[in-house]
Amino acid sequence: MGNRSFARGGLMESVSSFSPALAVLASLIGAIMVLIFGRLPNIREGFSVGAGIVKFGIVASMIPVVMDGKLVELKLWELLPGLPVMFRVDAFGLLFGLVASFLWIFTTLYSIGYMRALKEHAQTRYFFCFAIAISSAIGVAFSANLFTLFIFYEILTISTYPLVVHIETPEAMRAGRKYLLYLLTAGVFFLFSIVAVYHYTGTTDFAPGGILEGKGIPENMLKLLFITFMIGSAKAAFMPLHSWLPTAMIAPTPVSALLHAVAVVKVGVFTATRIILYVFGVDLMNETGLALAMAYFAAFTIIVASIFALTHDNLKKRLAYSTISQLSYIILGAALLTPAGITGGMLHILNHAFTKITLFFCAGAIIVASGKEKISEMNGIGKQMPLTMLAFTLGALGMAGIPATAGFISKLYLLIGTVEALQIPLLLVLLASTLLNVAYFFPVIINAFFKRPEKEQSFKEAPLFMLVPLILTGLISILLGILPDAPLAIVRIAVANLMGGT
Amino acid sequence: MIEHFPVLIIAIGLFGASFTPIVGLIRKELCSPWASFITLLQLIISIFLLYRVIAAGNMSYWLGGWEPPWGIEYAVDILNAFVLVIVAGVCFSVSIYGRKSLALEVPGKELPLYTLYILLTTGMLGIAVTGDIFNLYVFLEIGSLAAYALIAIGDRHSLMASFNYMIMGTISASFILLGIGYLYVMTGTLNMADLSALLPSLYGRPVILVALALLVVGLSIKTALFPLHTWLPDAYTHAPSAISAMLSGTFTKVGIYALIRVMFTVISPAYVIETVPVMSILSWVAAAGIIAGSVLAIAQYDIKRMLAYSSLSQIGYIVLGISMANKLAMTGGILHILSHSLMKVGLFMVAGAIIYRTGIRNIYQLRGMGKKMPLTMAAFVIGALSMIGIPPTIGFASKFYLAWGALYAGEWVFVAVILLSSLLTAVYFWRIFENVYFGVHEGIKKEEAPLSMLLPVLAFAFLVLLFGMFASIPIGIIEQWVTGVLPGED
Repeated sequence: MGNRSFARGGLMESVSSFSPALAVLASLIGAIMVLIFGRLPNIREGFSVGAGIVKFGIVASMIPVVMDGKLVELKLWELLPGLPVMFRVDAFGLLFGLVASFLWIFTTLYSIGYMRALKEHAQTRYFFCFAIAISSAIGVAFSANLFTLFIFYEILTISTYPLVVHIETPEAMRAGRKYLLYLLTAGVFFLFSIVAVYHYTGTTDFAPGGILEGKGIPENMLKLLFITFMIGSAKAAFMPLHSWLPTAMIAPTPVSALLHAVAVVKVGVFTATRIILYVFGVDLMNETGLALAMAYFAAFTIIVASIFALTHDNLKKRLAYSTISQLSYIILGAALLTPAGITGGMLHILNHAFTKITLFFCAGAIIVASGKEKISEMNGIGKQMPLTMLAFTLGALGMAGIPATAGFISKLYLLIGTVEALQIPLLLVLLASTLLNVAYFFPVIINAFFKRPEKEQSFKEAPLFMLVPLILTGLISILLGILPDAPLAIVRIAVANLMGGT
Repeated sequence: MIEHFPVLIIAIGLFGASFTPIVGLIRKELCSPWASFITLLQLIISIFLLYRVIAAGNMSYWLGGWEPPWGIEYAVDILNAFVLVIVAGVCFSVSIYGRKSLALEVPGKELPLYTLYILLTTGMLGIAVTGDIFNLYVFLEIGSLAAYALIAIGDRHSLMASFNYMIMGTISASFILLGIGYLYVMTGTLNMADLSALLPSLYGRPVILVALALLVVGLSIKTALFPLHTWLPDAYTHAPSAISAMLSGTFTKVGIYALIRVMFTVISPAYVIETVPVMSILSWVAAAGIIAGSVLAIAQYDIKRMLAYSSLSQIGYIVLGISMANKLAMTGGILHILSHSLMKVGLFMVAGAIIYRTGIRNIYQLRGMGKKMPLTMAAFVIGALSMIGIPPTIGFASKFYLAWGALYAGEWVFVAVILLSSLLTAVYFWRIFENVYFGVHEGIKKEEAPLSMLLPVLAFAFLVLLFGMFASIPIGIIEQWVTGVLPGED
């Protein structure tokens, strides 16, 4: 009996490099500079943007190595005996790292516009926490083992709390408590799972074939572990552990955009996917029947969250429920355990990120320009803010998965995945969800473009700092639908490594 | 020279304490540097001792050249040295911190204060260094008497708190003395190594059980193990802040140290684990303490009182780890002695710094403190996150080992208690974060604590992070000791 990871993808060659650590450090140093230059807003924001560009550059510099079929590895030191802090960049981690660091640049620019337009207080704290949060997201993406991942996972929870409660009203403080209650509790369950995995297997390293198989762990224990792991990934906001996400929408919109469409929730699904595919492994998930249970669980979330989204008039809340629904696409894809399903799930991390961040950027632009948060009040704003609403339309189309948008590609793979797994009910769920997507996004577009406002409106487009990022992300989300080859190539390496062959 | 260190650490202390009044008569202001100087010497010696026992094995010093078991033996192994370094380190740092803080809170009392301070330090170091169980009792009393008096110097409620403590402490002392007496009657020896050699043949006798019970209960009062903790909250609340900080990091810890010594050196682990269920009783009591301490801490609004109740819960962690008596849990428990000292002393020092600058003790009045004392409050945040067990802090490392040990023992209830209680900890600290950092607060001027207070505060926060990042180092040291005590496990 050989090691499974050898049998599957063959022995992966690894390159030792400081790049993963530098990528994490870039924004940490950025955070410190933000703190130091807190009184000089222009220099402070300069460091934020600069750190973002440097960070993305470092992450991108690892593309050739990974595309070459190698891993980038860096073992730092053993924090606890036998438990090293270690980075290992594989295709899946790189994909997520690229998305998060790339979108950080846009979000920083957008944040500058948003925070200055609204003359928000405590901007230093805001940019400081933001930089730490993105560092931890990248740390999660590049973690080589559960232990390292957990460290960044917890830092992310703590560092995003001040962002959630930014406006500091009693309502925001209550929302913050709820946020912590959910995520710290999740952390506790996660910690338990890690301790148990380490106890049973003596390792927490991710491996493409999983690490739990053949270790003589009783099946009930495995099931319990899976449940505690999934509770631990509550950042992925699947039902019934979702309700922190809509509550956290009280945060400033750029926070909602990056953290609650990209960083925090994506860290959640990324973690869940890592656990499903790299800790439990395809075979074990199949044998125990956990995969099927998880898939239907995700399907339930997809439908119910979409229905919830319909009932909300507040645009950000509606987007939040849409996020909950879309995140479960990714988990569904991983839980299908077929090549197409996993491809679809991993691609959706990228595609959902670009489409959803566009939608959030638009929601924020509307707030800044007009102060409107409710969909029913947005009649006719397409006339005042044509570019914003155009970008919104692009995002909504992508979300619904209309052909030639980013969402279409991932949804197509997911659909093929359900067929491969012979799960026709899940196929129907995906199709139904598409209809629901149309049902909750199109009223916004119709209101904006085709309905007359009740009274004359005089506001204009949001400031350029906000407008440019949202147009760019909107365009990219279409571009990803027309030219999906580059991300697909990365995902294919990850899937090939998981499944062996091809 | 180094072979005399075990006794030197005590001799320096006793000399230092007796000379404090003379130093004070020259100039009152010299008392504080004098105390810092003495404790610094003791710290240096402790570090040497730790280095020596790790490198070259256990040390034994015969007082006056009398061979044990007739004479008093000072026996230093890794556990002693580990506790010595913690105690001396805390006492030295707090003595620097205390100069300004004590001068403000209890002005004009330098003379008795620092005499007692050095005496207390020496008493605790003596408990840790001695290999003679009666000598341990003597040092325990030296330390306790000094502690009663030090607490009594505090605010206007402190007399009552000190009196309470004295009653409890005296009860505890009589229990301990009775226990030692029984052991002496049965074996005719007071030397720990000798006792552990003679006792196994007597394990069938009920009197050993009685002695054990008396010792465990007596020491549990000293360590403030729930539900024998009643003296602790008042004492920590009303004592001068620096003294609260010092006591929280050291005195309960040496109590725990004595408990470990009695159960694992004097009496063999096999007896307390298998023959009588001392360990399993202790572990349930400790688990109850973890929860009770946290719940009570949530109910407090005085910051020092809250920290005191939180100590209660943290002591529960340590005792739980030790009483599960497997290598992992024990390592976690002993590591938590270090973690709790670092975090709690730091937190108490912050509380003292806030009181120094503003006089505020109510946590709901701390609004805007994050702007007023940014560095101090940053240290507070690090300490509190460590209490909650967020990585990469030392509190996380010990919690990891404790949970692992509980899992190893198959004690699911304890796994749940250890992990879920961190949420309770989060509740009582987050109230403070909310008040300190959020909410409208205009026109607050930055006014940090004075440097002599700020530096120790920051040093402790730094150590919390440093040992959190490199927890392998203390764990390696502790494991070396634990492996010697609990052989036969993989």
